Amino acid sequence: MIRFYGVTKVYPNGVKALDNINLHIKKGEFLFLVGPSGAGKSTLTRLIFREELPTRGQVLFNGRNVARMRSREVPYLRRRIGMVFQDFRLLPQKTVFENVAFALEVTGASSRDIKRRVPEVLKLVGLEDKAGMLPAHLSGGEQQRVGIARAIVNNPVLLIADEPTGNLDPETSWGLMELFQQINKAGTTIIMITHAREIVDAMKKRVVALESGRIVRDEEGGGYSRED
Amino acid sequence: MRIRTIAYYFREAFLSIFRNGWLSLAAAATVAISLVILGCSLLVVVNTDRLADQLESSVEISAFLKDGLEQEEIRELNDKIRFLPGVVEVQFVPKEEALQEMRRSFGSRQDILDGLEDDNPLPDTFRIKTRRADQVVEVARKISSLDGVEDVRYGQGLVERLVVVTRWIRVVGVGAMILVGAAAIFLISTTIRLSVFARRREIGIMKYLGATNWFVRFPFLIEGMVLGLLGSLLAAALVYTGYLSLVEHMARAMPFIPLVSDGQVIFRLLAALVGLGLGIGALGSTISIHRFLNV
Ligand SMILES: Nc1ncnc2c1ncn2[C@@H]1O[C@H](COP(=O)(O)OP(=O)(O)OP(=O)(O)O)[C@@H](O)[C@H]1O
Ligand SMILES: [Mg+2]
Repeated sequence: MIRFYGVTKVYPNGVKALDNINLHIKKGEFLFLVGPSGAGKSTLTRLIFREELPTRGQVLFNGRNVARMRSREVPYLRRRIGMVFQDFRLLPQKTVFENVAFALEVTGASSRDIKRRVPEVLKLVGLEDKAGMLPAHLSGGEQQRVGIARAIVNNPVLLIADEPTGNLDPETSWGLMELFQQINKAGTTIIMITHAREIVDAMKKRVVALESGRIVRDEEGGGYSRED
Repeated sequence: MRIRTIAYYFREAFLSIFRNGWLSLAAAATVAISLVILGCSLLVVVNTDRLADQLESSVEISAFLKDGLEQEEIRELNDKIRFLPGVVEVQFVPKEEALQEMRRSFGSRQDILDGLEDDNPLPDTFRIKTRRADQVVEVARKISSLDGVEDVRYGQGLVERLVVVTRWIRVVGVGAMILVGAAAIFLISTTIRLSVFARRREIGIMKYLGATNWFVRFPFLIEGMVLGLLGSLLAAALVYTGYLSLVEHMARAMPFIPLVSDGQVIFRLLAALVGLGLGIGALGSTISIHRFLNV
Protein backbone atom coordinates (compact mmCIF):
# COMPACT_ATOMS: atom_id res chain seq x y z
CA MET A 1 0.00 0.00 0.00
CA ILE A 2 2.76 2.43 0.98
CA ARG A 3 6.30 2.20 -0.28
CA PHE A 4 9.29 4.39 0.51
CA TYR A 5 12.20 4.12 -1.96
CA GLY A 6 15.43 5.76 -0.83
CA VAL A 7 13.59 8.68 0.72
CA THR A 8 15.61 11.55 2.15
CA LYS A 9 14.03 14.67 3.60
CA VAL A 10 16.07 17.78 4.24
CA TYR A 11 14.10 20.73 5.64
CA PRO A 12 14.81 24.19 4.19
CA ASN A 13 16.79 25.05 7.32
CA GLY A 14 19.22 22.24 6.50
CA VAL A 15 18.00 19.67 9.05
CA LYS A 16 18.15 16.19 7.57
CA ALA A 17 15.05 14.60 9.13
CA LEU A 18 15.05 11.39 7.06
CA ASP A 19 18.02 9.66 5.49
CA ASN A 20 17.57 7.08 2.72
CA ILE A 21 14.41 5.40 4.05
CA ASN A 22 13.22 2.17 2.41
CA LEU A 23 9.96 0.83 3.78
CA HIS A 24 6.98 -1.21 2.64
CA ILE A 25 3.70 -1.07 4.53
CA LYS A 26 1.06 -3.58 3.41
CA LYS A 27 -2.68 -3.10 3.36
CA GLY A 28 -4.31 -4.04 6.66
CA GLU A 29 -1.10 -3.78 8.66
CA PHE A 30 -0.85 -2.34 12.17
CA LEU A 31 2.52 -0.67 12.56
CA PHE A 32 4.20 1.11 15.45
CA LEU A 33 6.70 3.81 14.58
CA VAL A 34 9.03 4.39 17.51
CA GLY A 35 12.23 6.26 18.21
CA PRO A 36 13.62 9.14 20.22
CA SER A 37 12.32 12.68 19.88
CA GLY A 38 13.54 14.30 16.65
CA ALA A 39 14.19 10.94 14.98
CA GLY A 40 11.97 11.88 12.03
CA LYS A 41 8.78 9.95 12.82
CA SER A 42 6.38 12.80 12.19
CA THR A 43 8.28 13.78 9.08
CA LEU A 44 7.87 10.27 7.66
CA THR A 45 4.09 10.45 8.03
CA ARG A 46 3.96 13.97 6.60
CA LEU A 47 5.43 12.63 3.38
CA ILE A 48 2.62 10.09 3.02
CA PHE A 49 -0.22 12.58 2.89
CA ARG A 50 1.87 15.22 1.23
CA GLU A 51 2.18 17.78 3.94
CA GLU A 52 5.83 17.75 2.89
CA LEU A 53 7.61 16.60 -0.27
CA PRO A 54 10.65 14.29 -0.19
CA THR A 55 13.98 15.87 -1.09
CA ARG A 56 15.13 12.64 -2.74
CA GLY A 57 13.49 9.28 -3.40
CA GLN A 58 9.86 8.33 -3.91
CA VAL A 59 6.83 7.72 -1.72
CA LEU A 60 4.17 5.56 -3.37
CA PHE A 61 0.58 5.35 -2.13
CA ASN A 62 -1.31 2.52 -3.83
CA GLY A 63 1.26 2.61 -6.59
CA ARG A 64 0.99 6.36 -7.16
CA ASN A 65 3.95 8.64 -6.62
CA VAL A 66 2.60 11.06 -4.02
CA ALA A 67 4.98 13.88 -4.96
CA ARG A 68 3.95 13.67 -8.60
CA MET A 69 0.23 13.97 -7.94
CA ARG A 70 -1.49 17.02 -9.37
CA SER A 71 -2.52 19.47 -6.70
CA ARG A 72 -6.17 18.86 -7.45
CA GLU A 73 -5.72 15.14 -6.73
CA VAL A 74 -4.22 15.78 -3.30
CA PRO A 75 -7.57 16.41 -1.53
CA TYR A 76 -8.79 12.99 -2.63
CA LEU A 77 -5.59 11.36 -1.34
CA ARG A 78 -6.09 13.07 2.02
CA ARG A 79 -9.71 12.03 2.29
CA ARG A 80 -8.59 8.41 2.28
CA ILE A 81 -6.12 9.05 5.09
CA GLY A 82 -7.26 9.76 8.64
CA MET A 83 -4.68 11.83 10.45
CA VAL A 84 -4.42 12.26 14.22
CA PHE A 85 -2.06 15.15 14.74
CA GLN A 86 0.47 15.41 17.53
CA ASP A 87 -0.77 18.98 18.12
CA PHE A 88 -4.50 18.09 17.61
CA ARG A 89 -5.19 20.88 15.09
CA LEU A 90 -8.76 21.47 16.23
CA LEU A 91 -10.71 24.56 15.27
CA PRO A 92 -11.07 26.62 18.45
CA GLN A 93 -14.30 28.38 17.50
CA LYS A 94 -16.12 25.19 16.55
CA THR A 95 -17.73 22.75 18.99
CA VAL A 96 -16.62 19.15 19.36
CA PHE A 97 -19.46 18.04 17.09
CA GLU A 98 -18.63 20.68 14.49
CA ASN A 99 -14.95 19.82 14.53
CA VAL A 100 -15.68 16.20 13.76
CA ALA A 101 -18.42 17.10 11.27
CA PHE A 102 -15.95 19.38 9.49
CA ALA A 103 -14.04 16.39 8.11
CA LEU A 104 -17.26 15.22 6.47
CA GLU A 105 -18.29 18.70 5.49
CA VAL A 106 -15.19 19.39 3.40
CA THR A 107 -15.95 16.28 1.39
CA GLY A 108 -19.44 17.60 0.63
CA ALA A 109 -21.26 15.00 2.72
CA SER A 110 -25.01 15.34 3.25
CA SER A 111 -26.60 16.60 6.46
CA ARG A 112 -28.13 13.20 6.98
CA ASP A 113 -24.76 11.43 6.84
CA ILE A 114 -23.26 13.99 9.18
CA LYS A 115 -26.07 13.68 11.73
CA ARG A 116 -25.79 9.92 11.66
CA ARG A 117 -22.03 9.46 11.56
CA VAL A 118 -20.70 12.10 13.97
CA PRO A 119 -22.55 10.88 17.11
CA GLU A 120 -21.43 7.35 16.22
CA VAL A 121 -17.73 8.17 16.33
CA LEU A 122 -18.09 10.49 19.33
CA LYS A 123 -19.56 7.52 21.15
CA LEU A 124 -16.65 5.34 20.04
CA VAL A 125 -14.14 7.73 21.64
CA GLY A 126 -16.37 8.31 24.68
CA LEU A 127 -17.21 11.96 24.06
CA GLU A 128 -20.92 11.68 23.27
CA ASP A 129 -21.87 13.99 26.14
CA LYS A 130 -19.25 16.65 25.26
CA ALA A 131 -20.51 17.21 21.71
CA GLY A 132 -21.58 20.81 22.35
CA MET A 133 -18.37 21.98 24.05
CA LEU A 134 -15.54 24.06 22.64
CA PRO A 135 -12.04 22.54 22.48
CA ALA A 136 -10.70 25.16 24.91
CA HIS A 137 -13.00 23.77 27.62
CA LEU A 138 -11.72 20.21 27.19
CA SER A 139 -8.77 18.48 28.81
CA GLY A 140 -5.76 17.57 26.65
CA GLY A 141 -6.86 13.95 26.54
CA GLU A 142 -10.38 14.89 25.48
CA GLN A 143 -9.05 17.14 22.72
CA GLN A 144 -6.89 14.28 21.54
CA ARG A 145 -9.95 12.05 21.33
CA VAL A 146 -11.79 14.69 19.30
CA GLY A 147 -8.87 14.54 16.86
CA ILE A 148 -9.17 10.76 16.75
CA ALA A 149 -12.91 10.92 16.14
CA ARG A 150 -12.31 13.37 13.30
CA ALA A 151 -9.66 11.10 11.79
CA ILE A 152 -11.91 8.03 11.68
CA VAL A 153 -15.24 9.65 10.81
CA ASN A 154 -14.50 9.33 7.08
CA ASN A 155 -13.77 5.58 7.26
CA PRO A 156 -10.22 6.12 5.96
CA VAL A 157 -8.22 3.28 4.38
CA LEU A 158 -5.17 4.47 6.30
CA LEU A 159 -5.12 5.87 9.82
CA ILE A 160 -1.98 7.71 10.90
CA ALA A 161 -1.90 8.56 14.59
CA ASP A 162 0.92 10.74 15.90
CA GLU A 163 1.24 9.96 19.62
CA PRO A 164 -2.50 9.52 20.12
CA THR A 165 -2.06 8.40 23.72
CA GLY A 166 0.37 11.18 24.63
CA ASN A 167 -2.18 12.96 26.83
CA LEU A 168 -4.29 10.00 27.94
CA ASP A 169 -4.34 8.16 31.24
CA PRO A 170 -3.45 4.46 31.03
CA GLU A 171 -7.04 3.29 31.21
CA THR A 172 -8.22 5.55 28.38
CA SER A 173 -5.12 4.60 26.41
CA TRP A 174 -6.02 0.97 26.56
CA GLY A 175 -9.57 1.74 25.58
CA LEU A 176 -8.23 3.61 22.60
CA MET A 177 -5.99 0.73 21.60
CA GLU A 178 -9.01 -1.56 21.63
CA LEU A 179 -10.76 0.87 19.33
CA PHE A 180 -7.75 0.90 17.00
CA GLN A 181 -7.69 -2.90 16.97
CA GLN A 182 -11.34 -2.89 15.98
CA ILE A 183 -10.77 -0.38 13.20
CA ASN A 184 -7.77 -2.36 12.01
CA LYS A 185 -9.80 -5.59 11.95
CA ALA A 186 -12.35 -3.82 9.77
CA GLY A 187 -9.57 -3.40 7.20
CA THR A 188 -8.01 -0.01 7.92
CA THR A 189 -4.21 0.13 7.82
CA ILE A 190 -2.81 1.83 10.92
CA ILE A 191 0.48 3.63 11.50
CA MET A 192 0.86 4.71 15.09
CA ILE A 193 3.72 6.82 16.37
CA THR A 194 4.20 6.32 20.09
CA HIS A 195 6.54 6.53 23.05
CA ALA A 196 4.30 4.23 25.11
CA ARG A 197 6.52 1.22 25.78
CA GLU A 198 3.87 -0.92 27.53
CA ILE A 199 1.43 -0.55 24.69
CA VAL A 200 3.95 -1.52 22.02
CA ASP A 201 5.21 -4.41 24.06
CA ALA A 202 1.73 -5.74 24.76
CA MET A 203 0.29 -5.41 21.26
CA LYS A 204 2.86 -7.56 19.49
CA LYS A 205 2.63 -5.74 16.17
CA ARG A 206 5.18 -4.74 13.58
CA VAL A 207 7.61 -2.17 15.04
CA VAL A 208 9.73 0.18 12.96
CA ALA A 209 12.33 2.11 14.93
CA LEU A 210 13.87 5.34 13.66
CA GLU A 211 17.01 7.01 14.90
CA SER A 212 18.41 10.22 13.45
CA GLY A 213 16.41 9.73 10.28
CA ARG A 214 17.37 6.12 9.64
CA ILE A 215 15.48 2.87 10.17
CA VAL A 216 17.45 1.00 12.80
CA ARG A 217 14.98 -1.83 13.33
CA ASP A 218 11.96 -3.32 11.56
CA GLU A 219 10.53 -6.23 13.44
CA GLU A 220 7.26 -8.19 13.24
CA GLY A 221 5.71 -8.66 16.71
CA GLY A 222 8.56 -6.72 18.29
CA GLY A 223 8.81 -4.67 21.46
CA TYR A 224 9.42 -1.00 22.07
CA SER A 225 13.16 -1.49 22.31
CA ARG A 226 15.48 -4.27 21.17
CA GLU A 227 15.28 -7.27 23.50
CA ASP A 228 18.83 -8.22 24.29
CA MET B 1 -23.41 20.85 -5.33
CA ARG B 2 -25.23 20.14 -2.13
CA ILE B 3 -27.49 22.70 -0.47
CA ARG B 4 -25.60 22.07 2.75
CA THR B 5 -22.31 22.95 1.09
CA ILE B 6 -23.73 26.13 -0.44
CA ALA B 7 -25.20 27.07 2.92
CA TYR B 8 -21.77 26.49 4.42
CA TYR B 9 -20.14 28.86 1.87
CA PHE B 10 -22.60 31.62 2.63
CA ARG B 11 -22.47 31.15 6.37
CA GLU B 12 -18.67 31.41 6.35
CA ALA B 13 -18.78 34.42 4.01
CA PHE B 14 -21.22 36.32 6.22
CA LEU B 15 -19.28 35.43 9.38
CA SER B 16 -16.21 37.00 7.80
CA ILE B 17 -18.10 40.08 6.70
CA PHE B 18 -19.31 40.69 10.24
CA ARG B 19 -15.92 39.90 11.73
CA ASN B 20 -14.28 42.49 9.46
CA GLY B 21 -16.92 45.03 10.48
CA TRP B 22 -15.87 48.53 9.49
CA LEU B 23 -13.57 47.39 6.74
CA SER B 24 -16.43 45.49 5.09
CA LEU B 25 -18.53 48.61 5.36
CA ALA B 26 -15.79 50.78 3.84
CA ALA B 27 -15.28 48.34 0.99
CA ALA B 28 -18.98 48.23 0.17
CA ALA B 29 -19.21 52.02 0.44
CA THR B 30 -16.33 52.50 -1.99
CA VAL B 31 -18.00 50.18 -4.46
CA ALA B 32 -21.16 52.24 -4.01
CA ILE B 33 -19.35 55.54 -4.61
CA SER B 34 -17.64 54.33 -7.77
CA LEU B 35 -20.90 52.98 -9.12
CA VAL B 36 -22.81 56.16 -8.27
CA ILE B 37 -20.24 58.11 -10.27
CA LEU B 38 -20.55 55.67 -13.13
CA GLY B 39 -24.34 55.71 -12.94
CA CYS B 40 -24.49 59.53 -13.00
CA SER B 41 -22.12 59.89 -15.92
CA LEU B 42 -23.96 57.16 -17.82
CA LEU B 43 -27.23 59.02 -17.27
CA VAL B 44 -25.70 62.26 -18.52
CA VAL B 45 -24.33 60.48 -21.59
CA VAL B 46 -27.64 58.79 -22.30
CA ASN B 47 -29.42 62.13 -22.04
CA THR B 48 -27.01 64.12 -24.17
CA ASP B 49 -27.09 61.36 -26.76
CA ARG B 50 -30.86 61.56 -26.80
CA LEU B 51 -30.68 65.37 -27.05
CA ALA B 52 -28.18 65.12 -29.89
CA ASP B 53 -30.47 62.68 -31.66
CA GLN B 54 -33.31 65.15 -31.48
CA LEU B 55 -31.13 68.03 -32.66
CA GLU B 56 -29.91 65.90 -35.53
CA SER B 57 -33.31 66.01 -37.17
CA SER B 58 -33.65 69.74 -36.63
CA VAL B 59 -30.09 70.74 -37.55
CA GLU B 60 -29.42 70.77 -41.26
CA ILE B 61 -26.66 72.28 -43.30
CA SER B 62 -27.46 74.99 -45.80
CA ALA B 63 -24.95 75.34 -48.65
CA PHE B 64 -25.42 78.58 -50.62
CA LEU B 65 -24.23 78.40 -54.23
CA LYS B 66 -22.44 81.00 -56.27
CA ASP B 67 -24.57 82.93 -58.70
CA GLY B 68 -24.84 81.86 -62.32
CA LEU B 69 -23.91 78.17 -62.17
CA GLU B 70 -24.95 75.95 -65.10
CA GLN B 71 -27.55 73.22 -64.59
CA GLU B 72 -24.80 70.69 -65.27
CA GLU B 73 -22.52 72.11 -62.55
CA ILE B 74 -25.35 72.07 -60.04
CA ARG B 75 -26.08 68.41 -60.78
CA GLU B 76 -22.40 67.56 -60.32
CA LEU B 77 -22.31 69.37 -56.97
CA ASN B 78 -25.43 67.51 -55.91
CA ASP B 79 -23.72 64.19 -56.63
CA LYS B 80 -20.51 65.18 -54.82
CA ILE B 81 -22.42 66.19 -51.70
CA ARG B 82 -24.62 63.11 -51.76
CA PHE B 83 -21.61 60.82 -51.63
CA LEU B 84 -19.88 62.55 -48.71
CA PRO B 85 -19.68 60.18 -45.74
CA GLY B 86 -22.52 60.81 -43.28
CA VAL B 87 -24.84 62.54 -45.70
CA VAL B 88 -28.29 60.99 -45.83
CA GLU B 89 -30.36 63.60 -47.67
CA VAL B 90 -29.65 66.38 -50.15
CA GLN B 91 -32.36 68.73 -51.28
CA PHE B 92 -31.87 71.37 -53.96
CA VAL B 93 -33.78 74.61 -53.40
CA PRO B 94 -33.62 76.93 -56.42
CA LYS B 95 -33.56 80.67 -55.67
CA GLU B 96 -37.15 81.12 -56.94
CA GLU B 97 -38.42 78.54 -54.48
CA ALA B 98 -36.38 80.10 -51.69
CA LEU B 99 -38.04 83.41 -52.36
CA GLN B 100 -41.49 81.84 -52.27
CA GLU B 101 -40.64 80.18 -48.97
CA MET B 102 -39.55 83.51 -47.63
CA ARG B 103 -42.80 85.07 -48.82
CA ARG B 104 -44.80 82.44 -47.00
CA SER B 105 -42.86 83.04 -43.82
CA PHE B 106 -43.56 86.79 -44.06
CA GLY B 107 -47.29 86.10 -44.10
CA SER B 108 -49.39 89.23 -44.42
CA ARG B 109 -46.33 91.47 -44.81
CA GLN B 110 -45.11 89.81 -47.98
CA ASP B 111 -45.59 93.01 -49.91
CA ILE B 112 -42.11 93.95 -48.62
CA LEU B 113 -40.69 91.42 -51.03
CA ASP B 114 -42.60 92.70 -54.05
CA GLY B 115 -40.41 93.50 -56.99
CA LEU B 116 -37.66 91.04 -56.04
CA GLU B 117 -38.80 88.46 -58.62
CA ASP B 118 -36.96 90.19 -61.39
CA ASP B 119 -33.77 90.64 -59.42
CA ASN B 120 -33.83 87.76 -56.89
CA PRO B 121 -30.99 88.36 -54.35
CA LEU B 122 -31.30 84.89 -52.79
CA PRO B 123 -28.81 82.20 -53.84
CA ASP B 124 -29.57 78.67 -55.01
CA THR B 125 -29.27 76.43 -51.95
CA PHE B 126 -28.63 72.80 -51.03
CA ARG B 127 -30.16 71.59 -47.76
CA ILE B 128 -28.25 68.61 -46.36
CA LYS B 129 -29.02 66.24 -43.52
CA THR B 130 -26.43 64.01 -41.84
CA ARG B 131 -26.92 60.68 -40.18
CA ARG B 132 -25.62 61.84 -36.79
CA ALA B 133 -25.31 65.25 -35.18
CA ASP B 134 -21.56 64.90 -34.65
CA GLN B 135 -21.05 64.57 -38.42
CA VAL B 136 -22.50 67.98 -39.17
CA VAL B 137 -19.26 69.89 -38.61
CA GLU B 138 -17.12 67.63 -40.76
CA VAL B 139 -19.63 67.45 -43.61
CA ALA B 140 -20.09 71.25 -43.55
CA ARG B 141 -16.33 71.76 -43.75
CA LYS B 142 -16.05 69.46 -46.78
CA ILE B 143 -18.95 71.11 -48.57
CA SER B 144 -17.54 74.60 -48.05
CA SER B 145 -14.37 73.58 -49.89
CA LEU B 146 -16.28 72.46 -52.98
CA ASP B 147 -16.15 74.63 -56.12
CA GLY B 148 -19.29 76.62 -56.67
CA VAL B 149 -20.22 76.81 -52.99
CA GLU B 150 -20.31 80.35 -51.69
CA ASP B 151 -21.08 79.82 -48.02
CA VAL B 152 -22.18 77.12 -45.56
CA ARG B 153 -24.36 77.58 -42.48
CA TYR B 154 -25.56 75.28 -39.72
CA GLY B 155 -26.95 75.49 -36.15
CA GLN B 156 -24.79 78.29 -34.70
CA GLY B 157 -22.13 76.03 -33.10
CA LEU B 158 -24.69 74.30 -30.89
CA VAL B 159 -23.92 70.93 -32.36
CA GLU B 160 -20.20 71.37 -31.91
CA ARG B 161 -20.62 72.33 -28.30
CA LEU B 162 -22.93 69.43 -27.58
CA VAL B 163 -20.54 66.96 -29.10
CA VAL B 164 -17.62 68.35 -27.12
CA VAL B 165 -19.56 68.34 -23.86
CA THR B 166 -20.66 64.75 -24.36
CA ARG B 167 -17.13 63.66 -25.05
CA TRP B 168 -15.82 65.37 -21.91
CA ILE B 169 -18.50 63.89 -19.74
CA ARG B 170 -17.60 60.46 -21.03
CA VAL B 171 -13.89 60.95 -20.39
CA VAL B 172 -14.26 62.50 -16.94
CA GLY B 173 -16.98 60.05 -15.88
CA VAL B 174 -15.10 56.98 -17.03
CA GLY B 175 -11.85 58.31 -15.57
CA ALA B 176 -13.39 58.97 -12.16
CA MET B 177 -15.14 55.63 -12.27
CA ILE B 178 -11.89 53.80 -13.02
CA LEU B 179 -10.07 55.57 -10.19
CA VAL B 180 -12.72 54.94 -7.57
CA GLY B 181 -13.36 51.48 -9.03
CA ALA B 182 -9.68 50.62 -8.56
CA ALA B 183 -9.91 51.85 -4.97
CA ALA B 184 -12.97 49.65 -4.49
CA ILE B 185 -11.17 46.60 -5.88
CA PHE B 186 -8.20 47.36 -3.63
CA LEU B 187 -10.37 47.69 -0.53
CA ILE B 188 -12.21 44.48 -1.26
CA SER B 189 -8.99 42.59 -1.81
CA THR B 190 -7.67 44.01 1.49
CA THR B 191 -10.80 42.86 3.26
CA ILE B 192 -10.47 39.40 1.79
CA ARG B 193 -6.79 39.29 2.68
CA LEU B 194 -7.68 40.00 6.31
CA SER B 195 -10.30 37.26 6.19
CA VAL B 196 -7.76 34.83 4.78
CA PHE B 197 -5.26 35.72 7.51
CA ALA B 198 -7.88 35.47 10.23
CA ARG B 199 -8.59 31.94 9.06
CA ARG B 200 -5.12 30.75 8.11
CA ARG B 201 -5.22 27.99 10.68
CA GLU B 202 -8.66 26.86 9.66
CA ILE B 203 -7.62 26.82 6.01
CA GLY B 204 -4.60 24.67 6.83
CA ILE B 205 -6.76 22.18 8.72
CA MET B 206 -9.35 22.11 5.94
CA LYS B 207 -6.65 21.18 3.49
CA TYR B 208 -5.33 18.40 5.69
CA LEU B 209 -8.86 17.06 5.92
CA GLY B 210 -9.04 16.85 2.15
CA ALA B 211 -10.91 20.02 1.21
CA THR B 212 -10.57 20.88 -2.47
CA ASN B 213 -9.11 24.23 -3.42
CA TRP B 214 -12.50 25.49 -4.51
CA PHE B 215 -14.08 24.46 -1.26
CA VAL B 216 -11.52 26.63 0.52
CA ARG B 217 -11.81 29.52 -1.92
CA PHE B 218 -15.55 29.77 -2.37
CA PRO B 219 -16.43 31.47 0.94
CA PHE B 220 -13.88 34.19 0.20
CA LEU B 221 -15.13 34.65 -3.33
CA ILE B 222 -18.67 34.92 -2.03
CA GLU B 223 -17.56 37.35 0.66
CA GLY B 224 -16.11 39.67 -1.99
CA MET B 225 -19.13 39.34 -4.22
CA VAL B 226 -21.54 40.03 -1.37
CA LEU B 227 -19.60 43.22 -0.55
CA GLY B 228 -19.73 44.23 -4.21
CA LEU B 229 -23.42 43.43 -4.36
CA LEU B 230 -24.22 45.45 -1.23
CA GLY B 231 -22.31 48.43 -2.62
CA SER B 232 -23.98 48.19 -6.00
CA LEU B 233 -27.47 47.87 -4.53
CA LEU B 234 -26.82 50.98 -2.47
CA ALA B 235 -25.54 52.76 -5.58
CA ALA B 236 -28.52 51.63 -7.66
CA ALA B 237 -30.93 52.87 -5.01
CA LEU B 238 -29.20 56.26 -4.77
CA VAL B 239 -28.98 56.73 -8.53
CA TYR B 240 -32.57 55.65 -9.02
CA THR B 241 -34.15 57.90 -6.39
CA GLY B 242 -31.84 60.80 -7.28
CA TYR B 243 -32.62 60.58 -10.97
CA LEU B 244 -36.36 60.20 -10.47
CA SER B 245 -36.53 63.38 -8.41
CA LEU B 246 -34.39 65.16 -11.00
CA VAL B 247 -36.72 64.09 -13.80
CA GLU B 248 -39.68 65.33 -11.81
CA HIS B 249 -38.00 68.61 -11.00
CA MET B 250 -36.91 69.22 -14.61
CA ALA B 251 -40.36 68.44 -15.93
CA ARG B 252 -41.63 71.36 -13.86
CA ALA B 253 -38.72 73.79 -14.11
CA MET B 254 -37.37 73.21 -17.64
CA PRO B 255 -39.91 71.23 -19.61
CA PHE B 256 -38.13 72.04 -22.92
CA ILE B 257 -35.23 69.75 -21.93
CA PRO B 258 -36.73 66.27 -22.11
CA LEU B 259 -34.93 63.78 -19.84
CA VAL B 260 -34.81 60.11 -20.68
CA SER B 261 -37.35 58.52 -18.39
CA ASP B 262 -38.44 55.25 -19.96
CA GLY B 263 -38.21 52.39 -17.50
CA GLN B 264 -36.42 50.05 -19.91
CA VAL B 265 -33.33 52.27 -20.22
CA ILE B 266 -33.14 53.02 -16.50
CA PHE B 267 -33.67 49.39 -15.55
CA ARG B 268 -30.89 48.28 -17.88
CA LEU B 269 -28.58 50.89 -16.43
CA LEU B 270 -29.29 49.80 -12.85
CA ALA B 271 -28.82 46.16 -13.82
CA ALA B 272 -25.45 47.07 -15.33
CA LEU B 273 -24.45 48.76 -12.05
CA VAL B 274 -25.35 45.67 -10.02
CA GLY B 275 -23.53 43.40 -12.46
CA LEU B 276 -20.48 45.60 -12.29
CA GLY B 277 -20.60 45.61 -8.48
CA LEU B 278 -20.56 41.82 -8.46
CA GLY B 279 -17.66 41.91 -10.93
CA ILE B 280 -15.67 44.34 -8.77
CA GLY B 281 -16.26 42.11 -5.74
CA ALA B 282 -15.26 38.95 -7.59
CA LEU B 283 -12.13 40.58 -9.00
CA GLY B 284 -11.08 41.99 -5.61
CA SER B 285 -11.43 38.66 -3.84
CA THR B 286 -9.82 36.71 -6.69
CA ILE B 287 -6.73 38.90 -6.38
CA SER B 288 -6.36 38.11 -2.69
CA ILE B 289 -7.25 34.47 -3.09
CA HIS B 290 -4.48 34.08 -5.62
CA ARG B 291 -1.91 36.07 -3.69
CA PHE B 292 -2.57 34.93 -0.15
CA LEU B 293 -4.27 31.56 -0.34
CA ASN B 294 -1.61 29.10 -1.35
CA VAL B 295 -3.76 26.10 -1.90
N1 LIG C 1 9.00 22.16 9.54
C1 LIG C 1 10.27 21.88 9.92
N2 LIG C 1 11.27 22.72 9.54
C2 LIG C 1 12.52 22.46 9.90
N3 LIG C 1 12.89 21.40 10.64
C3 LIG C 1 11.95 20.55 11.04
C4 LIG C 1 10.59 20.74 10.70
N4 LIG C 1 9.87 19.74 11.22
C5 LIG C 1 10.74 18.95 11.86
N5 LIG C 1 12.01 19.42 11.75
C6 LIG C 1 13.21 18.81 12.29
O1 LIG C 1 13.32 17.53 11.72
C7 LIG C 1 13.72 16.59 12.70
C8 LIG C 1 12.72 15.47 12.77
O2 LIG C 1 11.50 16.02 13.27
P1 LIG C 1 10.20 15.13 13.50
O3 LIG C 1 9.11 16.06 13.90
O4 LIG C 1 9.97 14.28 12.31
O5 LIG C 1 10.62 14.26 14.74
P2 LIG C 1 9.78 13.21 15.59
O6 LIG C 1 10.46 11.90 15.47
O7 LIG C 1 8.35 13.29 15.21
O8 LIG C 1 9.96 13.77 17.07
P3 LIG C 1 8.91 13.78 18.29
O9 LIG C 1 8.90 12.43 18.87
O10 LIG C 1 9.45 14.80 19.23
O11 LIG C 1 7.60 14.19 17.71
C9 LIG C 1 13.90 17.36 14.00
O12 LIG C 1 15.27 17.65 14.15
C10 LIG C 1 13.11 18.63 13.77
O13 LIG C 1 13.73 19.69 14.46
MG1 LIG D 1 6.62 14.00 16.05
